[in-house]
Amino acid sequence: MTKQSEVQSKRRKDLSDPIEQLRRMFEIRYFEEEIVGLFSEGLVHGTTHTCQGQEALNIGLAATLNPDDFVACTYRSHGFALALGLTPEAALGEIMGRTTGCIGGVGGSMHLSAPELGLLPTFAIVGAGLPIAAGAALAFQTRGEKRVAVAVFGDGAANIGAFHEALNLASVWKLPVIFICDNNLYGEYSRIETTTSVVDIAQRASSYSMPSEIIDGMKVDEVIASLNRAIDRARSGGGPTLIEAKTYRYAGHSRADLATYRPEGELEAWLPRDPILVRQNELVASGVLTSAQVEKISEDERAAIAKVIEFTRSAPFPQPDAIFKNIWTS
Amino acid sequence: MAQVRFRQAIAIALADEMRKDPSVMVFGEDVAQAEGPFKTSEGLLAEFGPLRVRDTPISEMAFTGAGVGAATAGMKPVIEIMFMEFMGVALDMVVTEAAKFHYLSGGEFKVPMVIRASVGAGGGFGLQHSQTLENWLVATPGLKVVVPSDIQSAYELTRAAIRDPGPVAVLEPRALYGDRGALVQKEEGLLEIGKARIMREGAALTVVSMGQLVGKSLAALEGMDVEVIDLSTLVPWDQECVSQSIKKTGKLVIVQEAPISGGWGHEILSLMVSKHFADLKAPPFIISPPNAPVPYGKELEELYIPQPSYIKEQIAHYLSTNQVPTPWWIQRGLI
Repeated sequence: MTKQSEVQSKRRKDLSDPIEQLRRMFEIRYFEEEIVGLFSEGLVHGTTHTCQGQEALNIGLAATLNPDDFVACTYRSHGFALALGLTPEAALGEIMGRTTGCIGGVGGSMHLSAPELGLLPTFAIVGAGLPIAAGAALAFQTRGEKRVAVAVFGDGAANIGAFHEALNLASVWKLPVIFICDNNLYGEYSRIETTTSVVDIAQRASSYSMPSEIIDGMKVDEVIASLNRAIDRARSGGGPTLIEAKTYRYAGHSRADLATYRPEGELEAWLPRDPILVRQNELVASGVLTSAQVEKISEDERAAIAKVIEFTRSAPFPQPDAIFKNIWTS
Repeated sequence: MAQVRFRQAIAIALADEMRKDPSVMVFGEDVAQAEGPFKTSEGLLAEFGPLRVRDTPISEMAFTGAGVGAATAGMKPVIEIMFMEFMGVALDMVVTEAAKFHYLSGGEFKVPMVIRASVGAGGGFGLQHSQTLENWLVATPGLKVVVPSDIQSAYELTRAAIRDPGPVAVLEPRALYGDRGALVQKEEGLLEIGKARIMREGAALTVVSMGQLVGKSLAALEGMDVEVIDLSTLVPWDQECVSQSIKKTGKLVIVQEAPISGGWGHEILSLMVSKHFADLKAPPFIISPPNAPVPYGKELEELYIPQPSYIKEQIAHYLSTNQVPTPWWIQRGLI
């Protein structure tokens, strides 16, 4: 095992600990906040999609899956990649287009990948991950393995054909796949009720004879409990599940979007449900941590991200030969 | 030597690979119970069972994507797209996912997937079921494209495609499915992906063709001193083979089934003209259908597809005058 994969594997294992869960939610939050700043500096170019506010889903997913399960995520996946165990160095390196990135800087913000952690190359095409996760589940089922595949997607993806085709196929073949809709109320710049015929995406599962759950995606424990039910069902041959996690996207769709279309007060109404705030309040109330200890964890994470940025600022850019690597399979 | 139909050669190739490698599986519309709409999966369900041979919903995006996922997770899926046009609704999975996963995972994930599709005109299926459409796929680095032209190449290219570690599209000329002839089953020494086949040697002209037009070209040019090359693999195509032939003959004609504009022939022609400008004794040209949808009626469909008599007439004119002949639709003043 290389040093990098040892670190990643440890990051993954530690997630059963609630304190570690809190720490890693801070990590994601500060990472994403810094991305916004790095973009303004011109160090992240093109586009980027951050996930502040949706950390509970990131952590809950990583805490419940095994490393040999497969995960298909979207272009808004810095948080999932970090939660699954990718190091902030490898994630930021990729986002800043450096050789230290998880695929050497040729993918960028929308294309993180960590095969050893089960993370498929993240999808920049809305809905594309669903049929592919179903396919990975098909491989597991055909070989009689107990592994599962997960597709995470936004509410916007529930209106594309790939969603409906994948749910139908998964149901017909009883595939060990879990579909998680991260319903953050906005598909790019459009609010869900202007684009979608149902209020709850989970309702659509009934069309495919599939069990579904609606959960508070801001609560890490709720995410874990729901996922465990779905994973158990999938591993025991019970087929697919659709989980709809109600979340909120604090930032706009991408870096260029200031989210001026949001009704006044909407963001503020969600802030008391912030997943980090909820978790830290729980830990303090139950006496597991003191406020001072929470503060220390928060500061440590902020400092750690600052170090990663420092490191990545001086990391090299890929050379022209990188253009030609890994196009053809040998 | 066994006498089989073209479609059976494909089923035999699939079975031979499935026996050899338990990770090979087959799925698509009506490929299991019905043994394929064109009987290209005859006997597979009976021999390999319902886990490895599956009927899918009419849902190309889902099952093509499932092929990508299954391949990424260690299987070697062979998926069947009944008519090439249906790939249109699954193209994201082919060009943006299957062909990119290896690159996007820093070379860690492999997608050893075969996408079979029936292509082309000649069966009276009408214009939404008769195109070759290989040009949808040719500008996708990471995706190989092969096109068999006879029973033996159908067998060998299918096996070679399954063994390839990356995604390969196999475009099968539907008009040939019923052809009958000899098949040599073999484990090794298969046609190589990326290698063209010299079907007949000659010194006066190089003809490059593909798919069902290879046979028509061979029939047309019987008795003439023309070298006929079956390109066999369109991506990556065999530049060396075509180059060597042009050096010998100094003349190049492409015979293709795709409409002339934007068709694959331009790729071959432009690269070879750039490379062999000084070797060429006459301007190269393309024999193809016009820029029009495939017509339905038997007579019009026959006129649309370059037939041996038309290929022969065009090439005889070219060889005797060193001038590019006028296509039939111009000769007749139709456009």
